[in-house]
Amino acid sequence: MNHLPDDLRRLEAEAIFIFREVIAECRKPVMLYSIGKDSSVMLHLARKAFHPANLPFPLLHIDTTWKFRDMIRFRDETAERLGLDLIVHINRAGLEQGINPIQHGSAAYTGVMKTDALKQALTAHGFDAAFGGARRDEELSRSKERVFSFRSKNHVWDPRNQRPELWNVFNCRIAPGESIRVFPLSNWTELDVWRYIEHENIRVVPLYFAARRPVVRRGGNLIMVDDARLPIGADEVVQDLAIRFRTLGCYPLTGAIESSAATVSDIVRELETASMSEREGRLIDFDQTGSMERKKREGYF
Amino acid sequence: MKAISDPKVKAPSGREGGAVQRDLLRLITCGSVDDGKSTMIGRLLLDCGAVFEDRRRALERDSKAVGTTGDAPDAALLLDGLQAEREQGITIDVGYHHFATPRRRFIVADTPGHVHYTRNMVTGASNADLAVLLVDASQDMLEQTQRHSFICALLGIRDIVLAVNKMDLVDFDERIFSGIRDAFAGFSSSLHFRSVMAIPTSAVLGDNVTRRSGRMAWYHGPTLLEQLEIVEIHADAAPQLRMPVQWVNRPDATFRGYAGTVASGELHPGDEVLIARTNVRTRIERIVSMDGDLARAGAGDAVTVLLADDIDVSRGDLLASPDKPPQIADAFACDLVWMSEAPLLPGRSYLLKCGNRTVGATITTLKYRVDVTNYAHLAARQLALNDIAYVNIATVEPIAVDPYQENRTTGGFILIDRLTNETVGAGMIRFGLNRAANIHHADFDVTKAARAQLNGQRPIIIWFTGLSGAGKSTIANLLERKLYALGKRTYLLDGDNVRQGLNRDLGFTEADRVENVRRVAETAKLFVDAGLITLVALISPFRAERRMARAIVAADEFIEIFVDTPVEICEQRDPKGLYRKARRGEFRNFTGIDSPYEPPEHPDLILDTATESAEHLADKVMQFLRRRGVLD
Repeated sequence: MNHLPDDLRRLEAEAIFIFREVIAECRKPVMLYSIGKDSSVMLHLARKAFHPANLPFPLLHIDTTWKFRDMIRFRDETAERLGLDLIVHINRAGLEQGINPIQHGSAAYTGVMKTDALKQALTAHGFDAAFGGARRDEELSRSKERVFSFRSKNHVWDPRNQRPELWNVFNCRIAPGESIRVFPLSNWTELDVWRYIEHENIRVVPLYFAARRPVVRRGGNLIMVDDARLPIGADEVVQDLAIRFRTLGCYPLTGAIESSAATVSDIVRELETASMSEREGRLIDFDQTGSMERKKREGYF
Repeated sequence: MKAISDPKVKAPSGREGGAVQRDLLRLITCGSVDDGKSTMIGRLLLDCGAVFEDRRRALERDSKAVGTTGDAPDAALLLDGLQAEREQGITIDVGYHHFATPRRRFIVADTPGHVHYTRNMVTGASNADLAVLLVDASQDMLEQTQRHSFICALLGIRDIVLAVNKMDLVDFDERIFSGIRDAFAGFSSSLHFRSVMAIPTSAVLGDNVTRRSGRMAWYHGPTLLEQLEIVEIHADAAPQLRMPVQWVNRPDATFRGYAGTVASGELHPGDEVLIARTNVRTRIERIVSMDGDLARAGAGDAVTVLLADDIDVSRGDLLASPDKPPQIADAFACDLVWMSEAPLLPGRSYLLKCGNRTVGATITTLKYRVDVTNYAHLAARQLALNDIAYVNIATVEPIAVDPYQENRTTGGFILIDRLTNETVGAGMIRFGLNRAANIHHADFDVTKAARAQLNGQRPIIIWFTGLSGAGKSTIANLLERKLYALGKRTYLLDGDNVRQGLNRDLGFTEADRVENVRRVAETAKLFVDAGLITLVALISPFRAERRMARAIVAADEFIEIFVDTPVEICEQRDPKGLYRKARRGEFRNFTGIDSPYEPPEHPDLILDTATESAEHLADKVMQFLRRRGVLD
């Protein structure tokens, strides 16, 4: 069939099946678009699933206003190039209160600008299913989550009460007001994502590739100085280092790694011998014990 | 390719030019609570380099805080991701973990060992190619191992690794290992596994997991990891084409594509295919993809096909090989695993989802329940959580199926509760009963409408529900007199009277109550067909059955009246002395005392007998019938 290795082909087909099942059974789906590599792969898979039709759902980006500038540029270019129906939602109330990652700490900031914002947008548009790019290899509580993950009217996840998921027969039925989070990349690993990007020539944000960028060392992390809002301490030095990112989020909360991987195949090679997990650079995963499970229970993706 | 010696490699060596093809083995591990299952998986993950340095450090930190292995890393903490699991030191839910060697990559479903988490094991097993069964060498073969073996066989897993673990606790004694291996061979012979490889291991020391043990020189077979790498999978995939249509792709009037995943067999442009439901043949014209048209698609591929003819095909239809068609049936013999806290009740209507098709379904016969500790067949009238049974099931429309052991996609289904939307059961079809082919609905010339016209009335079911002693029969009796006085043709089906004839074989268990209501509903439907205004006075305690009764007639042919009398008042009245008897414990399952009553959520009419007389309430129903246009 196509040029993909067997394992990627199986993962691709599984994801396409999941996309189609949601479209066939749900009333009003949306794709959570975070602009990262997983979102790029998801978008590519969705286009394959429905080709030659256009995407039968909009994309939703929760903009915290603290994303890397390169991400926003890439988002708008992608939407333009592929003719996507893109919804950008910002928690205006949070913005007016001046909630930011620098003064309020990552936990409080994430709660307001990501979790609350997401819930606002899902409720306002009445979406009953939302695709997310989460993978089971990312974090321990994710390894326990179903592909179709149910949320109550308040968008709450109850990990003790998940529907059994047999074969590829997914039960998509929900009561009015409830919703489903759907994870087509559940069984992918970080390496799969990059191998797939390589085989399929998928475009990703340039920040994934090594380049010299201005950074400061802070609490064991390399934080990029993406704009003037990042306060630089008296004892901190901004230096240009060859860095790249394994995950992308809000720039003050996302640590870079020193790397010379400048192409997708460099990255694949780098990952094959990597010793640290990709979420190592995500400050928000570590701000509280069991923090991802807690965020997910509250409605975070 | 390099020889495979070092498992600490994460990816295929060399670039992927299509030359390096690693396949994917999905496995499930089953064991009882203390068999060392988590330690075993943790060892595989650690030794195959699947655990990153930062996680390893977190593991060391967590092990000191909540671990159970002293200063050594507690591998279970690598797997148990939920807070409650870490706190209680048990596995609650299925978790999925990845590891890889140069030869193969693996997704392991780690399932809980506790007996009451059987449904999670079934979930994990449904997608597994192979099962690793752990047995503690220092213990007798447990019931659990028999249960797990049975479930694996039921879910179609044909290849087993029997890991006889904790060999360090029995001095690496070969006789103990062979004793367990032979005992397993004894009881599993009826389960028809294709391969069983018994391996003596010590997960805690790492012996024979990824490294050969120096302490068991008497063992010459493969290590666990070697066995996982070499076992043949997908060897006997079914050759005949099955492709359930998942979604019809119609971007514009010129394109009508059928999207779906090939369950088995192959597709090529030009192939003749059969639409199973309609028995119509056509040809594959094109296989469309974003990368251009394809010359072939095989099992597991998600494709979009165009058909040569403009015919009726929709979601849930099945494209199949014309020479080996699936069975079309609306009744099946199947194995069923019950996964809900609420019992399975024969006669209750559920939703059945098989492939991409969802239809109404009812368990018509519960043939037997299986005691999974000795595989004995037991009589059963209902099923509880984690019960496994052999049943007959009927669907409201015929569907196309294959035996599960031939095809998991067209032979496996889930049952969904219509009210809670919960997934309540998993079924594996053995064979179709072909009722659809043998029983045809006969159409007659004198129709329901004609009979209704002759009677000069609108036939309808007026369904009174409420507790015993609520006043259902009293009000229904008065109502029938009023209707009779107007010259209406009526019949009153009363719960007590029906139980003396039609339903004299039924008791008061939940299962019998469901059947009791089903028969009355079907009878009422026949009476409506005969042109009668049919009154039903029946406790009918469950919403599901009342909903079924409403669903089997037209929307304007059913009126639900809730005779809303509090249980205290019913008990005071106690016209038949039943409450007294129930309180004295003379009989069980009395609604309102030790059997539940689910009040209607949206009744058409509520009658409050505490404040109004029966006569007045019967008039109220008459007024309601007039407003509804039932009486002219």
